[in-house]
Amino acid sequence: MPALASPLRLCRGILKELRYLQGPSYKQSPAYNHVMDQFRRNKVTEERYCRAQQEAQHAAHTYLCLLESTRNHLVLHNLYHAKGERNPEEVAGLVGLKLPTQPGGKGWEK
Amino acid sequence: MFRSLIRLKSPFGSVISLYNVCPRHQHSSCTRKYSTATSERKKFYQDVSISQGEGGLYEINLDRRKLKTPGGNLFVVPNEALAVAVATEWDAQKDTLKFYTMHLTTLCNTALDNPTQRNKDQMITAALKYLETDTVCYRVDEPPGLVELQKNEWDPVLHWIENRYDVTVGSSSSILGPEIPEATKDTFRQHLSSYNLWSMTGLEFVITQLKSVILSLGMIDRHLSVEEAVLLSRLEEEYQIRRWGNVEWAHDYDMYELRARTAAGALFVQLSSESSTIKHKLMQD
Repeated sequence: MPALASPLRLCRGILKELRYLQGPSYKQSPAYNHVMDQFRRNKVTEERYCRAQQEAQHAAHTYLCLLESTRNHLVLHNLYHAKGERNPEEVAGLVGLKLPTQPGGKGWEK
Repeated sequence: MFRSLIRLKSPFGSVISLYNVCPRHQHSSCTRKYSTATSERKKFYQDVSISQGEGGLYEINLDRRKLKTPGGNLFVVPNEALAVAVATEWDAQKDTLKFYTMHLTTLCNTALDNPTQRNKDQMITAALKYLETDTVCYRVDEPPGLVELQKNEWDPVLHWIENRYDVTVGSSSSILGPEIPEATKDTFRQHLSSYNLWSMTGLEFVITQLKSVILSLGMIDRHLSVEEAVLLSRLEEEYQIRRWGNVEWAHDYDMYELRARTAAGALFVQLSSESSTIKHKLMQD
């Protein structure tokens, strides 16, 4: 069995992601109601060994992972990959290098 | 290195990820314009809602229009949880629709349209092909650190699957990979045929993402979490990162994408094979 976070943490994590996706009115969304409903329905069996509860917990964990990873992926995508091709300075900067500069400034040899 | 070359040639992996959504009337231009995974289009709706249609199937409505698949079929899903998750994906789009973030929608489309026109047996055969080149069965001889790491991390999963399904898999560092007995393949074939077409679509997607039947089954059987399965699938990369450093725009980017895809696939499998368990619960109440 993988070490899963507690149901409370999972629930809060999912709600946090939903709030991020849907803004302040997220409590009116069907997703909010469904998530709360699922967590309430599986609550009673918390202390006993119950397959359905573990199934629900695993599903919640997987869904949280989906939401978090999609958000992080999109952040990185927008940061690094969404702006088309980079110019040479930026490319050099990505690997911590700088383009060589001419000693007397541009066009000094003329 | 060779393994990744072999896998790149694997026939069905790319088809699924390229299969994207758009309403029917745009279909002809879609195939041309929206056929890449990075495509975007302007958001054309405000409200997303769910309704229950004929046969108890759930539909998604964008404003007043029903969502359709790229193949022109009505977009219907078998249970509420999946409908809610798909609706949330559509609802979460801001100004442009980013189809590459809507993994569950993509999977539903694939299951509904079946763009590769395969039946379940063909899907199972395609999925089992990954067993022959399974990530956790392919070991390296050097460097010693990685040899050790693979042994410590992959062996427990390998043993678990061998016990769980009562099969022999084994591992090998030869280029040809381990010799997988026919009996093992038959056992897995039999097990996979118990999945319905929808869950099989999801499972095949997960297998092509993780490049491993063993890790995928480990995750679907709830022995591994998504994070663990992804970590094990990327073990060599993680080893190199530890040695040479992490590059956010390549390593983290790939990892989050892989996690998102794998999680979507796993959830899809779980939700698509759930309808019987829901009935159970209602009876118990």
